[in-house]
Amino acid sequence: MSLLELKNVYKIYGDLHALDNVSLKVEKGEWVSIMGPSGSGKSTMMNIIGCMDKPSKGEVLLDGVDIAKEPKKNLTNIRRDKIGLIFQQFHLVNYLTAVENVMLAQYYHSIPDEKEALEALDRVGLADRAKHLPSQLSGGEQQRVCVARALINYPEIILADEPTGNLDEANEEVVVDLFHKLHNEGTTLIVVTHDPEVAEVAQRTLVLRSGKLSKEVVNEHFTGKIHFD
Amino acid sequence: MFLRMIRGTLFRQWKKMLMIAFTIALGASLASAMLSVMLDVGDKVNQELKTYGANITVVPKENSVLSELYEVEDGSVQGAYLNEEELGKIKTIFWAFNIVDFAPFVNVTASLDDGTEVQCVGSWFDHHMDLPTGETLDTGIASMRSWWELKEGSWLDEQLLADTADAAMIGKDLAEKLGLSAGDKIHLTGSASDRELRIAGVYDAGGTEDMQIFLQLDTAQALADLDGCVDKIEVSALTTPENELSERAAKDPSSLTVAQMETWTCTAYASSICYEIQQVITGSVAAPVRQVADSEGAILGKTQLLMILITILSLIGAALGICNLVTASVMERSQEIGLMKAIGAQNLSVALLVLCEIFLTAIVGGIAGFFAGFGFAQLIGHTVFGAAVELKPMVVPIVAVLVVLVTLIGSIPAIRMLLGLRPTEVLHGR
Repeated sequence: MSLLELKNVYKIYGDLHALDNVSLKVEKGEWVSIMGPSGSGKSTMMNIIGCMDKPSKGEVLLDGVDIAKEPKKNLTNIRRDKIGLIFQQFHLVNYLTAVENVMLAQYYHSIPDEKEALEALDRVGLADRAKHLPSQLSGGEQQRVCVARALINYPEIILADEPTGNLDEANEEVVVDLFHKLHNEGTTLIVVTHDPEVAEVAQRTLVLRSGKLSKEVVNEHFTGKIHFD
Repeated sequence: MFLRMIRGTLFRQWKKMLMIAFTIALGASLASAMLSVMLDVGDKVNQELKTYGANITVVPKENSVLSELYEVEDGSVQGAYLNEEELGKIKTIFWAFNIVDFAPFVNVTASLDDGTEVQCVGSWFDHHMDLPTGETLDTGIASMRSWWELKEGSWLDEQLLADTADAAMIGKDLAEKLGLSAGDKIHLTGSASDRELRIAGVYDAGGTEDMQIFLQLDTAQALADLDGCVDKIEVSALTTPENELSERAAKDPSSLTVAQMETWTCTAYASSICYEIQQVITGSVAAPVRQVADSEGAILGKTQLLMILITILSLIGAALGICNLVTASVMERSQEIGLMKAIGAQNLSVALLVLCEIFLTAIVGGIAGFFAGFGFAQLIGHTVFGAAVELKPMVVPIVAVLVVLVTLIGSIPAIRMLLGLRPTEVLHGR
C-alpha cells in the first residue's frame, strides 16, 4: 500500500478547476518534487495533502485513511501526527527562540522536551543558535529551524512548499543536503517548487499544468545532491 | 511552553497590551468610582438634605389622633403637650448618632398693645444641652432653619440672652404689616403674662412662618403659662430611604417576622428611628415628614440611577475599545495563529491562549483601574459632598465580575475571527 494516494482528485472554485482529475501515488521513503508555474495548482495540492483543505471530488488516502472524508478536527490531528510542514516564508514565531519554535510543534503534538528539540536543532546544524530569536538568524538558518520543527514529531511525510524560494544558493544547498539526509533516514519527502534545480534532485518529479498532471520524470541518476549550472 | 508563549506575547506586544490594559483600567476606574460613590452616597445625600430641615416630627399622641381625624399634618392641632424635660432622651436612643439636630416648639397666641393678635412660636435657637450621657449638644432652629434669609438684624443668640430672654425674631410679612424692623421693641400679652421684647432680626422663611414671631421657648411658655410644655419636636436624622419593609413596619411592627424585625430595627429607617423616639418620649407619636422622606428617596434614587447609567455606558465603551484592540491584535497575529493551527493546534487551545493573554492584561488593567477609581471616588466625595468616600468591600467583587464580563464580551468578535481563521489563507498570504 502506498503511503499517499490521490485518486481522481478535483478542487473546483466556481468555474476554476485548481486541480483537475489528479491521481498519483507516493511510496514510503520516496522523495518527490511537484513542479509547475504559478497558478498550476501546486499549493492547492499541497494544502490537500497537508490536510489543510479538502478536495471537491476524489479520494486522498494517507496511510490508508481517506482524509477527504474526515471531519475538520480529525484533519488537525492527522496533520499533527503524520505531517511535517516547511514553508517558503519559514513562519517562525518571532517572540520565541529557535529551540522554543521547535518545541511549539512538540507542545501541540505531545509534551515539549527541550533536550529533544536541541537534538533536532543539532541535526540541522543549529545547536549553537538555539537561544536566538528568528530576527537574529539568517534566512537559511530560519529555514533550518523550520526543518527541525517539521521533523521533531517524526512525521511520516515532510511537505515542503517552496523551501528554497527565499534562500541564496549556499543556503539552498544546505537545505537540499538536509533533505538528502532525511531521505536517507527513510523520511518521505514531497517538495513543491518551481525551481528546476531543486526539483531535479528528487527521485521523481511531477509537473502540474492548469491543475492537471502533465508530466512525470523519474531521475535515473538520483544522488540527492544539487548541481548548479 | 504555554507560559513561555504568553510571556512572549505580553512582552512582544506590550504596547498593544498596554492599550488594552488602559482601556480596561478606564472602564474599571469609572465602574469602581461610581459604585463606591453610589454605595456611599446615601449617607452623603442624607447629610446634604439635613440642611433642608427636619425629617421627623414628634407630637403628643392625642394631638396626633386629632390631626389624623382632621387630616392636618402641620401639628397645629393642640390640646396635649410633651414634657420638655424628656427632650434630652432623644440623644440616648439606639440611633443617637443619627440624630443630627432637634428642636422643641410651642405655639402660643399673644396680642400687641393695639390689640392685634399674633402667632408666637417658642423654640430653641442655638440651645446648649448637657445630655444624660455626659455629652453636650448645641441644637435648635439656627441649624434647622438654615434656609431662612435674614432681611434685617441678626439671629437671636441664646447664649448672650441666657438670663434676660428679652428678644424675638419676626417674619418679614408680619414685620411689614406691623411696620416693625430690627431693634424695635414690642409688647406681647399672653393668656398668663406679658413681655417686652426687642426684635433681634427679621427673617424671610418663604412660607407661613413669615407671619409669626419666634421667641425663646421659655418666653413663649411663660406667656401662656405652659412651663415645661412642648407641643411639637422636630428632629433632623440621618436615615436610610424607606422601602416596603419599613413602610409595613411603620404601619404595624407586629406584622413583621423576627428576622424582618431585626433587619428593620437595625437599619436607620425613619420609621425605625421614630419607633425608638416614641419609646423615650412619654405619650408621643413620632412620624417621618413624608415630603422630606420622599424627596430623600427620590433624590437618592435618581442619583444612583445616574451613576448606574454612567457605569453601564463606561463599560460599554470599554467593551468596544477592547473589541477593536483585540481584533486588531488577532489580525496582526493571523500568520502566527495560522501556523499554530497548521502544526496541530486545535481552535480551543489557540482561543485559550489568546483569552489568557487578554485576561492577564485585564487583571493588571482592572487592579490599576480599581485603585484609580477609588481615587476618583475620593475626588467626587470631596468636591461634591466635602467628605471622603468609604471603600465598601462589595465593590471589589462587583468590579472584578464586571471586568471579566466586559473583557469576555469585548473579546467575542476577535475569538470568532480567530476560530474562522484558515491556515491555508494566512500561511500563503491569501
